[in-house]
Amino acid sequence: MTLLSVRGVSKRFGGLQAVNDLSFDVARGSIKALIGPNGAGKTTLFDLISGFLRPDRGEIFFEEAEIHAMSSCQVAVRGMVRTFQHIRLFPKMSVLENIMVGRHVHSNAGFLAGMLNLPFTWGEERRIREKSFEIMESLGIAAHARTEAVSLAYGQQRVVEIGRALACEPKLLLLDEPAAGLNMRETNEMGRLILRIRDTGVTVLLVEHDMSLVMKISDEVVVLSYGQKIAEDRPLAIQKNREVIRVYLGDDQ
Amino acid sequence: MARRYLPVAAFAGLIVAIQLATLFTGTAYHLTQLTMTAYYSLIIVGLCMLIGYAGQISLGHAGFFAIGGYVAAFLTTWNLKPHPGAFVSLLGKSGALVARPDAYGVSLLTVHPWLACAAAILLTVVIAYLVGGPVLKLKGHYLAMATLGFGIIVYRMVLGTEFLGAADGISDVPGFPLLSGMVITGNSSARVSNYYLAWGLVVLGMVLLLNLVHSRVGRALAAVHGAEDAAGAMGIPTARYKLNTFVLSAVFASLAGVLLTHYNGGIGPSEAGVMKSVRYVAIVAIGGMANLWGALSMSLVLNYLSLRGYFGTYDDAVFGVILILIMLFAPDGLLRRHLLSDLKRAVSRNPAEEEAP
Amino acid sequence: MAGITYGTIYAIVAIGFNIIYNATGIINFAQGEFVMLGGMTAVTLNQFLPLPLAILAAVVITTIVGAVIEIVFIRWLHKPSVLRMVIITIGISILIRETALHIWGESVKALPYFTGSSGSSINLGGVYISSQILWVVGIGALVVAALGAFFNLTMLGRQMRACSANRDAARLCGIDAGNMVTLSFMVSAAIGALGGCIICPITYVQYDSGTPLAIKGFTVAILGGLGNSTAAVGAGMILGILESFSIWVLPTAYKEAISIAILLAILFLKPAGIFGSPEAARLKEF
Repeated sequence: MTLLSVRGVSKRFGGLQAVNDLSFDVARGSIKALIGPNGAGKTTLFDLISGFLRPDRGEIFFEEAEIHAMSSCQVAVRGMVRTFQHIRLFPKMSVLENIMVGRHVHSNAGFLAGMLNLPFTWGEERRIREKSFEIMESLGIAAHARTEAVSLAYGQQRVVEIGRALACEPKLLLLDEPAAGLNMRETNEMGRLILRIRDTGVTVLLVEHDMSLVMKISDEVVVLSYGQKIAEDRPLAIQKNREVIRVYLGDDQ
Repeated sequence: MARRYLPVAAFAGLIVAIQLATLFTGTAYHLTQLTMTAYYSLIIVGLCMLIGYAGQISLGHAGFFAIGGYVAAFLTTWNLKPHPGAFVSLLGKSGALVARPDAYGVSLLTVHPWLACAAAILLTVVIAYLVGGPVLKLKGHYLAMATLGFGIIVYRMVLGTEFLGAADGISDVPGFPLLSGMVITGNSSARVSNYYLAWGLVVLGMVLLLNLVHSRVGRALAAVHGAEDAAGAMGIPTARYKLNTFVLSAVFASLAGVLLTHYNGGIGPSEAGVMKSVRYVAIVAIGGMANLWGALSMSLVLNYLSLRGYFGTYDDAVFGVILILIMLFAPDGLLRRHLLSDLKRAVSRNPAEEEAP
Repeated sequence: MAGITYGTIYAIVAIGFNIIYNATGIINFAQGEFVMLGGMTAVTLNQFLPLPLAILAAVVITTIVGAVIEIVFIRWLHKPSVLRMVIITIGISILIRETALHIWGESVKALPYFTGSSGSSINLGGVYISSQILWVVGIGALVVAALGAFFNLTMLGRQMRACSANRDAARLCGIDAGNMVTLSFMVSAAIGALGGCIICPITYVQYDSGTPLAIKGFTVAILGGLGNSTAAVGAGMILGILESFSIWVLPTAYKEAISIAILLAILFLKPAGIFGSPEAARLKEF
């Protein structure tokens, strides 16, 4: 069952072909990783999938619907949510508030209802708050609920950002280098977290540099180099793939 | 929730206390400037919502005040008697018109203030949506310049149009009647009731805005202000929310324009001027950009002092200086928790991280 | 004819904007006040000094004012946001305007014509042109040429260009970026003041002449592409001519609104300006 389908996507920036005729699928309920040396086009691809950029050519399908022309907001409403390589939590807002923002797509109170403090909003706010606490507890960050989110330790901020994304109850979660800046212990915890997320039924697509993490948790790996896909296979096969080794380690011969 | 409304009750108490103080000291004439201050404060709190919570600067808000005031002024002073016709008699029959004598005893047929007010607000909403759409797509100094430009266009139009009174503005604007016989008017006999009417409206406005800040939309606006891209990626319709906030703040300004014009009995082109817009931004800035209560208290103090003439010929200069000082030393405003440490950081030689508003 | 005259002054103001913008990424809203100061100071000094000296002194004084502004308000700020700078420069422009109001009052002042009088004109191929217009265009062209020479041929000018292109790289080469910023303010103030003097006999000057000029100068700068001074000249002419033709179409009272309408139109439709590029339209960092 394919959840996400990328077909022949290309993107050029001036003289640089960042992504070149890229195609791959992501199966529902799986964890797929995008790897590749720096400059391979991974973040560009993420931006293209999540609505931050439009492809020059090609299509992207999410649950059979064409999404390549949609904005990040429209994509989020459809159930695809992402995190960011350089953490983008909302400054001056607490951890709880950050996560509550994630509930936006599953609530309704608009300007008028907000200003008039209509009764239906009271129940809705309470439910938003409860759900947010649930998420914080499952992630182990409930103790920091009232702390300003950007004042937490780096590793914890990453967790908060994931919590915020989970609050949207996404079908597909895009994680942009979730282990960046984490030490070994934190990376292992991140790996366990991602597996738990997958077990709740969320499909995960991640970009990552940490090979041990990728190999441990991914069902499939896509390898990019200079904007093109050079391999797509299960982790063990990727590790033995000649092209992949050459791209990462260079030619010895 | 009660925590949110506690300051409202305290503020209402303050308003009553002030009035009683003027009663006991026989200085009831102060109430006139205080009432005017109330209407100006309505603009301020609406603008604070836009600048502090939605994160959008507007250097042209006096334009919306003027749109409201001028439409109300024009419609309630334009004599329809010399223009009989099917449309006019239709309006007359539906009670939309008022027959009254003007200051010289000449009998007039003008539009009812309620209809004029509705027309003014409606026009404001339309213009705000039309202008706000493209303007809010701009960033940084382009946004500032565009809003400044909007304000100047309104100013030039009211200044240069004959039937809007050109440089003299419109005068002889009648009072704004409310139910149960109360009227919004500058008449000294109605001083106390008008004082409470005006500040009552401000309190109502504050309640609405406080509710909004603490609601789902308020949270979303804070998110948009903090990290717009991330907010969009969480499913928040950023452009739509910014636009709605813009229109909301425009309506606050416009309503203030309508009612203050009825209170003052007239309006002039200076109300649309750049200096007024700058003044409003300065007050929001000094009150703490995202602090409704800060903006309101600063508005109360500064507008009152200005109206009483304490700043003399330096009136405009004072607000210019305030703006500079705040922007230099305390860009997040004065009335907030970490003020002292922020000030120390700003004047020390340590380059600290600056936050973008 | 009037279009070209005004166009020249708008172009000069726009170039002033561009110089500071290129060096710092700041839009100096007080630019128009430099023009006003130049004219007002020259008029006052002309009471004791012969005209050329009065103009020279006025330019020098305004240049010093420009430097003082930069040193007092701008220099010590660390990575301010764009918005903060806009508001600060607006505040500065208000300060200057209010000071001018208190020094000179509300009266309108004018310098005498440089040559001849308001009635005299020169026959140029069958068309009678006021001599002052020739001064305006002439000096305007000289200013543009001199600036071009300065930025391209002198060491100092090249240093400033290096600084605007890449501040950190310039620092590594030993160029004092802070002083470059001050210099940019001084140059902008100087040409603004000169512009104020040459246009003063024709348009007169008043304490609040600065703001409308700033708006129009900004419009021209955007029209030509922010930072692009050569295009600013052309754009200035376009605005000047459009404005003078507008009185045939709209009531004169709305003439001032024309430039703003154009500004808004550009900002909405093509913020990169007629000659600019989308990359250049992205705002610079301070």
